[in-house]
Amino acid sequence: MEPLTSKKKILIQKPLNFAERMYLPALGKGLAITISHFFKKEATIRYPEVQREMSINWRGMHSLKRDENGKERCTACGLCALSCPAEAITMIAAERKPEEKDLYREEKYAAVYEINMLRCIFCGLCEEACPKEAIYLDGPIVPSDYLRKDFIYGKDKLVEEPLVKK
Amino acid sequence: MGTSVFYLVAFLSIFFSLMVIFAKNPVHSVLYLIVTFFTFTVHYILLNAQFLAVVNFIVYMGAIMVLFLFVLMLLNLNKENEPLKSGLVKVVGIVAGCCLVVTLIGSLKATAVSDPLVLQNPNLGLVKNLGKELFGPFMLPFELSSILLLTAMVGAVLLTKKEKV
Amino acid sequence: MDISFVIEKFVLVAIIFGISLVIAMYSTYAERKVAAFLQDRLGPDRAGPFGILQPLADGLKMFMKEEIIPTHANKWLFMVGPGLAMLTACIGTAVIPWGSPITTAAGRIIPLQVTDINVGVLYIFGVVSLSVYGVMIGGWASNNKYSLLSAIRAASQNISYEVAMGLSIIALLLVTNTMSLKEIVEMQHGWHWNVLYQPLGFLLFIICAFAETNRAPFDLPECETELIGGYHTEYSSMKLGFYLFAEYINMFVSSAVMATLYFGGYNYPGMDWVLTQVGPVIAPLIGTAVLFAKIFAFIFFFMWVRWTIPRFRYDQLMHLGWKVLIPIAIANVIVTGIVIAIVEKF
Repeated sequence: MEPLTSKKKILIQKPLNFAERMYLPALGKGLAITISHFFKKEATIRYPEVQREMSINWRGMHSLKRDENGKERCTACGLCALSCPAEAITMIAAERKPEEKDLYREEKYAAVYEINMLRCIFCGLCEEACPKEAIYLDGPIVPSDYLRKDFIYGKDKLVEEPLVKK
Repeated sequence: MGTSVFYLVAFLSIFFSLMVIFAKNPVHSVLYLIVTFFTFTVHYILLNAQFLAVVNFIVYMGAIMVLFLFVLMLLNLNKENEPLKSGLVKVVGIVAGCCLVVTLIGSLKATAVSDPLVLQNPNLGLVKNLGKELFGPFMLPFELSSILLLTAMVGAVLLTKKEKV
Repeated sequence: MDISFVIEKFVLVAIIFGISLVIAMYSTYAERKVAAFLQDRLGPDRAGPFGILQPLADGLKMFMKEEIIPTHANKWLFMVGPGLAMLTACIGTAVIPWGSPITTAAGRIIPLQVTDINVGVLYIFGVVSLSVYGVMIGGWASNNKYSLLSAIRAASQNISYEVAMGLSIIALLLVTNTMSLKEIVEMQHGWHWNVLYQPLGFLLFIICAFAETNRAPFDLPECETELIGGYHTEYSSMKLGFYLFAEYINMFVSSAVMATLYFGGYNYPGMDWVLTQVGPVIAPLIGTAVLFAKIFAFIFFFMWVRWTIPRFRYDQLMHLGWKVLIPIAIANVIVTGIVIAIVEKF
């Protein structure tokens, strides 16, 4: 067949010379390579104790943010649920009572906010859709569990810790 | 003490060599044969023939019996698929066996009970003495036997190469 | 034969047996660590500091596992197999001199060798040739095709490499003029190690030692890609443990034999000077420590090679054994004989 390109390289297999047929020099070379690795720094990271640094655009577990006064930012507008391609987010909105003024920033808030971590694909569209900058995917890897129901994360797991009062 | 050990080991050798014959499974037979050879090794040690003992150990137990076992495992003989002997073969077998028994009894009768053999040199079995003995007075038979073995080896190699010639 | 002699020997046997078991145990740990380091990993480091308790955890796991004997296996031989492998692995240590004799304060001389028979080298050779029975019997008794194939491979491999090993030893015996391991070691006093006189013989011997202990690159009897687990496919629990253990004890024993035959055993350069400095009680112990250092170096070499060189193909193995090693070994014997004859003449 006519070669399609001119890049074809013809390899000539020479018969092995005596040193190569002896097999021992090659063997010594191999041993030298492996022993050099013996003294190299190991690539392993001892995971639970040492954690690897994630890249800056890493997307992990979601967290619902609070504002500078410690109030929840989410106003239960539903844009995140709407934008979610995996339909992992559900929420139930509620009206803020006067005595809850310190807890929620807007008059409407999410009474229930659930993300099914088995459905979530960590695309980050909820983060982009949120007009209140209330949801960010800045957490760690979602931990494993035994039951499907345990992967539906409620507000208890998603809302970030309240600010410590000085 | 030496005599009682000898009788025990001699009993074991006879017992295991009988087991070689009576075992139904050929692999078991070979395993019994290995044990028999082991008892022979003990006999050699009792006779202070260390070199012979170890050579028996290496050559018979370590090499030849491994080959026997190897071949039997490769063929995978079982008692189920062993071909049944025809009646004629059985009759011939019985006749031959009886002849052997008669010969053995005859030869036993002919031999007189001799005095216990006394070695002139009790350390004959040690390597140095045995070597001197073999390469001194018995030089020619020793070398001839090695030539015999070489011929056998060449013959075996020739048999495998037959098709190409 | 006085009672103290019996006690002395009994204690020595017990100590050697204990040491070989502990070394086999920690060889499993060392193997994993060495493998890890050679591959830029960490290896086991969870059980105890640096994972030092890992062998205990492994042993416990082995004991706790379910004992399975296949229905169609030959039960009696199935159980004999691992025991035989262990036995043949352990008895090799009997003739190795572990150190120069210790002189106690009471003037009693205790040799650090269980028995000094005048055919010690041949004894080692015989034990090595027996070691294949454990594998063969276990493989056959499992009544499994893979195990059987593995047993057959082990048998033919051992027989093939025994020949080359025996021939390489003959060249050594021409140099030493004795078969007693004790005398061989004493001849190598200081730095007169046999490896300097028999470098080619040592090379042949170590290659054959790899083959006889079924270590990589000659671990064809248990090569996973072709034979599942090889001869121990059907084994579980401590019987499997025995087989794995026997392999490491074999490695220990053959390392000890190589150190004794070719690397001077407990001799080291400058040992006379050390003797004058520390006295006749401590000096033998230093010699023993040196011997163990050599043994550990060999064990490390075994592991190093395992994680470097890929496994041979079966026909390559046979080609190497019969067509390369045996002719070289014979040539080595002839050349050694000629050189010795010339040296003696002049």
